[in-house]
Amino acid sequence: MERIVVYSLVLSGLLFSMGMLGVVVRRHPLVMFMCIELMLNAANLAFIAFAWHLQEVSGQVYALIVMAVAAAEVAVGLAIIVAVYRYRADVDIDDVSTLRG
Amino acid sequence: MNGLELWVFVPVAVLAVIGAGGLVGARNPVHCALFLMLNLLSLAALFLILSAPLIAALQIIVYAGAIMVLFVFVILFFVRPGQVYTVSYSLPLMYSLGALLSVVALGVVLTALYQGGLFHPGVPVPPTAETPLDVAAPASLGVALFSRYLLPFELTSLLLLVAMLGAVVMARRVSREPAGGKRSPEGDS
Repeated sequence: MERIVVYSLVLSGLLFSMGMLGVVVRRHPLVMFMCIELMLNAANLAFIAFAWHLQEVSGQVYALIVMAVAAAEVAVGLAIIVAVYRYRADVDIDDVSTLRG
Repeated sequence: MNGLELWVFVPVAVLAVIGAGGLVGARNPVHCALFLMLNLLSLAALFLILSAPLIAALQIIVYAGAIMVLFVFVILFFVRPGQVYTVSYSLPLMYSLGALLSVVALGVVLTALYQGGLFHPGVPVPPTAETPLDVAAPASLGVALFSRYLLPFELTSLLLLVAMLGAVVMARRVSREPAGGKRSPEGDS
């Protein structure tokens, strides 16, 4: 296997684990969302690397679909965060633990 | 892959790791957004190296353009003057637990890659496509997107429509709710 594919996959795993660390450790909801975006991008890098390795275009199609899903997730998630902020005026994720409105 | 592309690859990969580390470690959310933008741009460069120019352009347009603008807008929308960003955690062990979890995840990934024979060079890859097509050309991606992957593509557009409607509905309900009983301290209109 080519060296650049190896490096890409190792980098992808590293970025994914760093994003997971951010989601677990940080408490600001927007920063948690950005860490989720980081994880999605790491998965995209793995898709692109495999598409290059196999000389197949399917990986790029999946990366495109992941990108669209990330855009939809950001739209809905930011709307939820805006709603929570307007209601509570709070920035700590631990205080937003109730499901009642 | 010749050596020149590796000489481009390694510094860009280091930039991507720096962006991710800054995203996890920075205290101010605006700095987090800027570090994430550094990470996204360097990943776009990596996509260019991996011969996916259309995905690289869409990465810059969609992520670094649209999504990050949305993030920065929402962050600046909720910054209060004199707000102190604390990086405090509910559990004192949270640093070490999170680090342990991410190290375990990285170890699982690397072990899977090693078991999959990734680090053994010279394994011949059977050609999957009958006719070798040019993966770097956006035309082949477009053809695949509109012939073989037409259903996922259309479902993606449906998903985007549903997400847009959901975001609009949530924003409307919030702006109408101050007329009701439950109140937040600011913004009576």
